[in-house]
Amino acid sequence: MTTLCIAFVIYSATVYTTGTAATSASPMSAEARHGQELFQDKNCIACHQFYGLGGYMGPDLTNVISKRGEAYSGAFIAAGTVSMPNFNLDTDEVSALVAYLAFVDQTGTYPPEEYKIEWNGNVSQVDDPR
Amino acid sequence: MSSANAHFGGLRFMRLGMLALAGGMLFGVIGGFQFLFPEFLQELLFTKTRPLHVSLVVSSIFLISIGGIYFYLPRQCNLPLFSSKSVDLHYWVFLLTGLAIIVCYLSGRFGGREYFEFPPILSLPIFLTWLLFGINYFNTARQDKEPWPVYYWMWGTGIVFFFITYAESHLYLIPYFRETMVREIMVQWKSYGALTGSWNMLVYGTGLYLATKISGCDKYARSKMAFGLYFLGLFNLMFGWAHHTYLVPSDPWIRTFAYLVSMTELYIFGKIIWDWRSSLTDWQKNRHCNAYRFLIAADIWIFVNLALALIISIPALNLFTHGTHITVAHAMGSTIGINMMILLASVFYVIREELPNEIHAKCSKQLRTGFWLSNVSLAIFFVALLLAGIGKGTYDGSSFQEMMLGIRPFLVTFTISGVTLMAGLWIILWHGFRLMGKIMAPVGVAEPQPA
Ligand code: HEC
Ligand code: HEM
Ligand code: HEM
Repeated sequence: MTTLCIAFVIYSATVYTTGTAATSASPMSAEARHGQELFQDKNCIACHQFYGLGGYMGPDLTNVISKRGEAYSGAFIAAGTVSMPNFNLDTDEVSALVAYLAFVDQTGTYPPEEYKIEWNGNVSQVDDPR
Repeated sequence: MSSANAHFGGLRFMRLGMLALAGGMLFGVIGGFQFLFPEFLQELLFTKTRPLHVSLVVSSIFLISIGGIYFYLPRQCNLPLFSSKSVDLHYWVFLLTGLAIIVCYLSGRFGGREYFEFPPILSLPIFLTWLLFGINYFNTARQDKEPWPVYYWMWGTGIVFFFITYAESHLYLIPYFRETMVREIMVQWKSYGALTGSWNMLVYGTGLYLATKISGCDKYARSKMAFGLYFLGLFNLMFGWAHHTYLVPSDPWIRTFAYLVSMTELYIFGKIIWDWRSSLTDWQKNRHCNAYRFLIAADIWIFVNLALALIISIPALNLFTHGTHITVAHAMGSTIGINMMILLASVFYVIREELPNEIHAKCSKQLRTGFWLSNVSLAIFFVALLLAGIGKGTYDGSSFQEMMLGIRPFLVTFTISGVTLMAGLWIILWHGFRLMGKIMAPVGVAEPQPA
């Protein structure tokens, strides 16, 4: 039991540090931070996902900026659609959200586009930023 | 009256849990309709119904487990609670915090983290309740001078790890964590994975306790095998979580390690098949017992869900199932089929013990109807989600709306079977709630009345 608990502590510390260290991504700007707060205040995650994690009513947003562009995403957020609510955000708030989505976008690719499936069932991702 | 509280404090938790479940399912059904008709109930957006649903049903898992523990220790294990006042305090803080959370959701005040979508300040009273529970539990169980049976270990482990993992899920409040996307999301899911593991400790502990009591044989709960499985569960709780995040770009060893750890569950899968025949004879013997029926249903659902869980834990397959309704099938399949069935067994076990003559023919027939209605509905619900997930798994990333239109028939089936699932469980919950009320009532009547 003690061994297991010590292993857990060491393991957790590794996960918190080198296991999840930023690689190429640039640091979060103040505007993106504001966008992150808005994203949480409006609970966008109830309908959307990052890296496939979240609610399933709307599409994954990990790479929406590189796939659809900032203008498109901003317009979507500002106006909503039948199935996505209009949050009545002002232009600063919309651009903060877009900045946050752009911050997320550069952290990786989801779903992976270039990958190899290995014999043992593992997946090695060529487009993994690591 | 402290002696009454010592007995019935647990039942209050269980009844509150049944209420939370009954209400939580309603929000699930509303959410299901919103998937189909986005304009449905615009006042109560999906941003509100989803957390209302998930938080209420998850809280019911906790409430019914906690209630059982508070009830079984003094009533059946001859271990008077360390403090019955603390049980009351626990109850009221839980209830008030729960109401505050519901108010936040309804008024659109969010913390915006999946599953715990309320403002994080409300986590403080939640920590307080677990502190009260933990102190009470360990001081109570400590009185047992024998070596603990495995379910005492499981309950204790569930409490300690709830504390650790719930704290861990708040690390995002620290800039060091939230400003690195990969770290933020990995630590979030590390904590959520272990959190599910810790409530499973509470629930499986309860299931084992019931199996021990129903069979009247305590040997298994003290056997090497039982402790072996407990350690396997703990090992998975600690290290298996990264199967949620195979596609998040963390250090690859974390993911490969989780893959290996998840596959250790194959052992349990094999064991279920191996034990199948003896389970069948037990089933013949006990099939008239309501509690036993729920345990058997849980057994079958463990088998089905573990098969799916193992499949989606293989990274090459998770690549296609991740982010689809297959995950939802697994999530609800295991919370309903495994957790809820065990907890309903606990409810009806208490009723059988306390009111041995109370389940009359009529109510027993309704219970059977509820049982079959909910289990058959759950099977359809589960398959519909799997099919919707396969539809989404083959989505090429072009038009999201078209893809959703393509899987609409499955979502319709999902929602309709969700309604009948809810109806079946409501029947069961109604009788559970009512009969538990009866257990609690006589004490009030028996109190000396002024002439
Ligand atoms: C009630 C559910 C819901 C909520 C809440 C929600 N969205 Fe959406 N969102 C959707 C749906 C559904 C779509 C796809 C709609 C369509 O294609 O017509 C969408 C589409 C989008 C898109 C375009 C994605 C693409 O690939 O086309 C962006 C960007 C977006 N949402 C951002 C946000 C942000 C930011 C928030 C929070 C402020 C948010 N959404 C909240 C449901 C929601
Ligand atoms: C005992 C009953 C139930 C339990 C324990 C339960 C549990 C859960 C859980 C844990 C989730 C989160 C899933 C995830 O994140 O992948 C969820 C989501 C959901 N549930 Fe249930 N559920 C129950 C009944 C129902 C019913 C009857 C319906 C009716 C249709 C329903 C509809 C939904 C919907 C629509 C979602 C959201 C899916 C999404 O976008 O992520 N649930 N439920
Ligand atoms: C009673 C037991 C279990 C319960 C209640 C449970 C619950 C859940 C829930 C709620 C989720 C949804 C997370 C999300 O929204 O993404 C989930 C995901 C997952 N679970 Fe379980 N789980 C159980 C057992 C297991 C076991 C034993 C395994 C593996 C051996 C497993 C493997 C997975 C995987 C791989 C996912 C992630 C799917 C994805 O996002 O790609 N689960 N589980």
